[in-house]
Amino acid sequence: MKLRTPFRTAVLALIWGWMIVFVFLPNLLVIATSFLTRDDVHFIRLEGSLASYARLLDPVYAGVFTHSLYMALVTTGLCLLIGYPFAYIVSRLPQRHKPLLIFLVILPFWTNSLVRTYAMKLLLSANGLINQFLLGVGVIDAPLRMLYTEGAVIAGLVYVLLPFMILPLYAIFEQLRVDLLDASADLGAGRWRTFRYVVLPLTMPGVIAGCLLVLIPAVGMFYVADVLGGAKNLLVGNVIKSQFLDARDWPFGAAASIGLTVAMGLLLYAYYWSVRLARHRGEHGALA
Amino acid sequence: MCVEHVGHDKGERVPHNLLSLSANRVMASDKNKIVELRGVSKSFGGKPVIYPLDLDIYDGEFVTLLGPSGCGKTTLLRLIGGFEHPDSGSVLLAGRDITDLPPHQRTVNTVFQSYALFPHMSVFDNVAYGLRADACPAAEVTQRVKAILDLVQLTEFAARRPDQLSGGQQQRVAIARAVVKKPRVLLLDEPLAALDYKLRKQMQNELKRLQRELGISFVFVTHDQEEALSMSDRVVVMREGNIEQVGTPRDVYEAPANLFVARFVGEINVFDATVLECLADGRLAGEIAGQRVVLPGHGRGFTAGARIHVLLRPEDLRLLPPEREEGFGGEVIERNYKGMTLESVVRLDSGQQLIASEFFDEDDPDFDYRLGERVRVTWVSNWEILLPHEAAHAV
Repeated sequence: MKLRTPFRTAVLALIWGWMIVFVFLPNLLVIATSFLTRDDVHFIRLEGSLASYARLLDPVYAGVFTHSLYMALVTTGLCLLIGYPFAYIVSRLPQRHKPLLIFLVILPFWTNSLVRTYAMKLLLSANGLINQFLLGVGVIDAPLRMLYTEGAVIAGLVYVLLPFMILPLYAIFEQLRVDLLDASADLGAGRWRTFRYVVLPLTMPGVIAGCLLVLIPAVGMFYVADVLGGAKNLLVGNVIKSQFLDARDWPFGAAASIGLTVAMGLLLYAYYWSVRLARHRGEHGALA
Repeated sequence: MCVEHVGHDKGERVPHNLLSLSANRVMASDKNKIVELRGVSKSFGGKPVIYPLDLDIYDGEFVTLLGPSGCGKTTLLRLIGGFEHPDSGSVLLAGRDITDLPPHQRTVNTVFQSYALFPHMSVFDNVAYGLRADACPAAEVTQRVKAILDLVQLTEFAARRPDQLSGGQQQRVAIARAVVKKPRVLLLDEPLAALDYKLRKQMQNELKRLQRELGISFVFVTHDQEEALSMSDRVVVMREGNIEQVGTPRDVYEAPANLFVARFVGEINVFDATVLECLADGRLAGEIAGQRVVLPGHGRGFTAGARIHVLLRPEDLRLLPPEREEGFGGEVIERNYKGMTLESVVRLDSGQQLIASEFFDEDDPDFDYRLGERVRVTWVSNWEILLPHEAAHAV
């Protein structure tokens, strides 16, 4: 161990250095910026102010926040709805089929998600592939309006984020012991009961991990809303981006960013407490 | 009682309450078949694991499925439990065909080799799981779980999680969880394999006690012949998907049906012999390694000229000083001190090697052999096992 101590110190120093320079300091700068005042020439002026946070409460921005959160929740729900059974089925397949299917899940990562979002635009647009096909087949007479809708944004988010749901779920399903399912059936539990009391609790960590990996990016992926959403379906990410790049209001952009972080933190905290409460109730019930 | 709440299970559970176990214990009846396997077979991916076979298990008996790994004993157990569906044949439980019933509708319970305890539940919840699945009222669940935890001496561990228990304790939870539902038959899949020697001995006794107290049938899978002999009422010896012999431990040890059983159930010495003539008193005269020996006929109906195996357990062999006339000459090439016994390997002049196991004699505490010492090997007459000759490749 003694020989490895310098190496360990070096690794730890590197990680800490990295975290400080690229995570801690930038976040500190963002926090600081959010309390400063906008300046047309230098972006920010060193003059403390809470005006940016006050603007966040403006109904326009509060509306964007809630709508964005709503779309993110729907996206997360859809990803879970698709990803959970998918991960379960893949994990139960013969060993030789699994690598290919997981490879197919990962494959889209090889193309930049912005490019893939543009590809979706080609599919969904008024004279896109889907409309052309439906018109050609004769199912519809006029092209459907699919692009620049809430549905398009959600579809785009689901498409981009689905692998982040599937992978942690797959990992947890791979660990799920088949003998526990046998034991449950042996003790008289049908499929539903086995799912409810054995499969679901044991795969919950994967569900949580997947939901977090989808929900958090889903409020920030501004380019998906940019390309597919039009003016009405903004994400919080769009607000932040436009404040920094278009409106050049850095303090407000920073405040929006902090607001998003705080909202996510509150969500996690609420979840943490609900789990603790549920577990406490469970243990209490067991001892009663 | 919960039993009355479960429609399809009605009448199949053992009818008495656990709390009054000792009071009205149901005596094991000899002729009540509880499980009947009728021509069941099973193959996986085209490879037969169980060839069509019949097996009856009686109410209240302790049956062991014994065989080397891959002989199909676990598959046979899973066929009874409902985890596998037989390719042919049928499985009957208390006279009812349950071949097509899924595991959760069968009134048998299993103790899995891995224990398969639910890691996210307390010991109490693990044991209560099966009762809750049957929609047992909460008060009765509590009462029955407590009673069974008492029985396996785990009362103070009720609130623990499985990973906070030792291997032996986990084992007892697995057993409690399976028997709390009062199954007609308890299936045990090598439940002691993961325990160390001492704990295994202790659990063997506990299982036997439990089986006596519950009065239900145990079907126990093991590859450990010693375990099988010491625990069972009957032993089913299996090889490559076939049943080689079914009998009491004494039967399979002292009257093995064939060379495989003889060799698998303990050590054995095998002589090749030829029957010379049938003697008037029903015995046989035979020839072993050029010497004439008189063998018991055992009513096997061997005729003159038949090739046979003469089998002798190590403890039936006697080693005599070299100046004696009887028996076969040989020399001691290995001696192993076994505590209670001295085990010697003797090479006969014919080249064959034998294992002899002799108890230490109180009168002669220094009793031992030198390596290379000449001895005469003989055995207690009438203790030979005679089997028809099997072709050399058979085992």
